[in-house]
Amino acid sequence: MGRYASLLDTVGSTPLVGLPKLSPDTGDGPPVRLWAKLEEYNPTGSIKDRPALAMIEAAERDGRLTRGATILEPTSGNTGIALAMAAKVKGYGLVCVMPENTSEERKQLLRAFGARIVYSPAAGGSNEAVRVAKELAEQNPDWVLLYQYGNPANVQAHYEGTGPELLKDLPEITHFVAGLGTTGTLVGVGRYLREHKPDVQIIAAEPRYGELVYGLRNLDEGFVPELYDEQVLTGRYSVGAYDALRRTRELLELEGIFAGISTGAVLHAALAVAEKAVRAKKRADIAFVVADAGWKYLSTGAYVGALDEAAAKLDGQLWA
Amino acid sequence: MAVTVSIPTILRTHTGGQKSVEASGSTVLEVIDDIESRHSGIKARLVKDDKLHRFINIYVNDEDVRFAGGLEAKVNDGDTVTILPAVAGG
Repeated sequence: MGRYASLLDTVGSTPLVGLPKLSPDTGDGPPVRLWAKLEEYNPTGSIKDRPALAMIEAAERDGRLTRGATILEPTSGNTGIALAMAAKVKGYGLVCVMPENTSEERKQLLRAFGARIVYSPAAGGSNEAVRVAKELAEQNPDWVLLYQYGNPANVQAHYEGTGPELLKDLPEITHFVAGLGTTGTLVGVGRYLREHKPDVQIIAAEPRYGELVYGLRNLDEGFVPELYDEQVLTGRYSVGAYDALRRTRELLELEGIFAGISTGAVLHAALAVAEKAVRAKKRADIAFVVADAGWKYLSTGAYVGALDEAAAKLDGQLWA
Repeated sequence: MAVTVSIPTILRTHTGGQKSVEASGSTVLEVIDDIESRHSGIKARLVKDDKLHRFINIYVNDEDVRFAGGLEAKVNDGDTVTILPAVAGG
């Protein structure tokens, strides 16, 4: 922390904190430790500040993005908010295509930043947002579609930023766990860590939403991000709303970390990995990503009241 | 080995609308073959050229089988098998 020329210069260099209470007690056995990388310390409060800034700067270098241009992006929220901040600082317009079943706070934040929102149907989730954004890009050839699902700058932001930060702060890292969305974090960090620690395990935690989100008309409408590289991963967990909420609350209760709901899904996978290490009597230093804080999800009722009722309310929502 | 298999909306035309079915088998492939014996046509939607369809993910107790041996991934009595289409996140 210190003095910066502009807000954009504060992206990255987030803290990694130990979780003494959530880490399993291994007694006389080798230690199994959990470490949380707190991405809420980025300027708009999420990990997406990293790829947003990297994608804009790459488009500026390519000459695709010129003064006063309008950026277009399909996003369920955090990428849009990050782009909106960077667009404000740099003087670009922004149009976000967002599924209508995202949290109220994300919608309000985007509007506050001056972004224009085009809603895509709730059924089909982000798939529909991607489809609508591609249509808009064709209809508006002067808009610049950054496209986080296929933009190599997304991966590069994590290869050059998040990955080296993790290795510097935790040279003994054995596992990295993060949420799977665009796949940018896992692929970028995973590639960097693998180059320096060939045995590192790279584990994805994927949110399992309600049925509405999987409402494809046919299987050919399925979607795998262009950035996805299965070779980088060593494991992948699917985590439902109930487990994600339960872990989000545990993180707050035991360690005082007020995280967003996707973090609960990531922590659930990290704890599964930790349990395997304990059973195998192997040392493990497991770093996982806290993608954002809980502020944007308060209206969902995720943090108070009966767990199963809170989880039921998330059904049909894009909570990660 | 008896397992519970959850079926996504898009494939329920094969299961008469059932959200989940009981099946047996010691690997994912055996489980799929067992479902196919009662719900004809579902296997062709899940498996292509002896591999899992690109836009289909199968999880055994929440773990993606692609990282546990693919169609040969082991299934134990009482496990939950979840089939989901691949959709965008982020």
